[in-house]
Amino acid sequence: MNDKMKRKVDLEKVINKYKAEKGGIISVLQEINREYGYLSEDALKLVAKKLDVPLIQVYSIATFYTAFSLKPRGRHLINVCLGTACFVKGGNRILEKLERELGIKAGETTKELRYSLDTVHCIGCCSLAPVIRIDEDAYGRLKQEKVPEILKKHK
Amino acid sequence: MLNLTIDGKKVSVEKGTTVLHAARKLGIEIPTLCYHEGVSPYGACRVCLVEVVKGIKTGLTTSCTCLAEEGMEVKSDSPRVLESRKLMVELLLARCPEAEKVKDLARKMGIEGVRFKREDKECILCGLCVRVCQEIIEASVIGFINRGANREVETPFQAQSDVCIGCGACSSVCPTEAIKIKEMFDKRILETWHTELELKSCKICGRYFVPKKELEHLKEKIELPEDIFEICTDCKRKSLTGKIGEIKTGAI
Repeated sequence: MNDKMKRKVDLEKVINKYKAEKGGIISVLQEINREYGYLSEDALKLVAKKLDVPLIQVYSIATFYTAFSLKPRGRHLINVCLGTACFVKGGNRILEKLERELGIKAGETTKELRYSLDTVHCIGCCSLAPVIRIDEDAYGRLKQEKVPEILKKHK
Repeated sequence: MLNLTIDGKKVSVEKGTTVLHAARKLGIEIPTLCYHEGVSPYGACRVCLVEVVKGIKTGLTTSCTCLAEEGMEVKSDSPRVLESRKLMVELLLARCPEAEKVKDLARKMGIEGVRFKREDKECILCGLCVRVCQEIIEASVIGFINRGANREVETPFQAQSDVCIGCGACSSVCPTEAIKIKEMFDKRILETWHTELELKSCKICGRYFVPKKELEHLKEKIELPEDIFEICTDCKRKSLTGKIGEIKTGAI
């Protein structure tokens, strides 16, 4: 069984799990997004077909929530906080450093699919400002020169 | 029956009637853009705002989505209502400065300048096309994508749609003429929806007159004799008047 076929089988399993639920579309999309890191065009079409809802409805939901991505995402998600406290403490400079180091802009993903860079508005630990979060780990009181070291920890 | 007062005038309506309908029954004019009798109300354009008095509280609400209640008191021409509507139209005008219906409303309300950043959009996001496509045509081709300031009406993946039948209902209900459709010989091109559809030619005169997909859709929906889908409206009229002529001259 080739890779693409295997994926399709998995998708169908996920879809069937939520098929009976009202409002099951979001649950299905969440699980697919979690498994593959993004929602492909084929995945959305399959969801629409199997749940018997118009494709546009699935596409509307997929584009509405920022938790869903329609493009492949990196293995590690970097969130740079630009909430009020972090903004005042120079969150922008940390973002600039990350953009330079990774060679991508906020909202983009590196070519080898290692990192995705995003900005967020407050992750709830303002005392650590300026702060970034990589996957589940938060790094606070950051300075630009600490950035390369932190990136090395998440390969 | 429910009894309510609108602008001091009493009216009784059936349960389930909207305030907008009750007002129209009284002959009170409330402007609308996103409202259409054929589809469910949506309350998107905010132009039909009215003030509803509940005890000591009064609140603004869209009359097209607000259901009439017993003893309800509604004001459709209070200064607060008129000011709010004016602001809504001014915002719409800033977004779509070229839309005729919006310009008309602005003129009627005495809006002279726009205080907001002007954009050059054509769509006011009223969702009327979306509702018509979903509820009446039952094709569900288009819908809202993204959110907030980036919200748009689009086809899935902003690409050619497999399910669009090219009927053009979306375009005909659009209050701002934002949906562009043109015909080129044997094709109907729905520019806004990135979609091109093949047209069928009339058996008699050869004119291309209807998208093939629309015919298939109609055949599924309503039972009509097969040949009715083969000839264009002009030829149908001609053959019909011909028949009437024959009857009159006693040929039949």
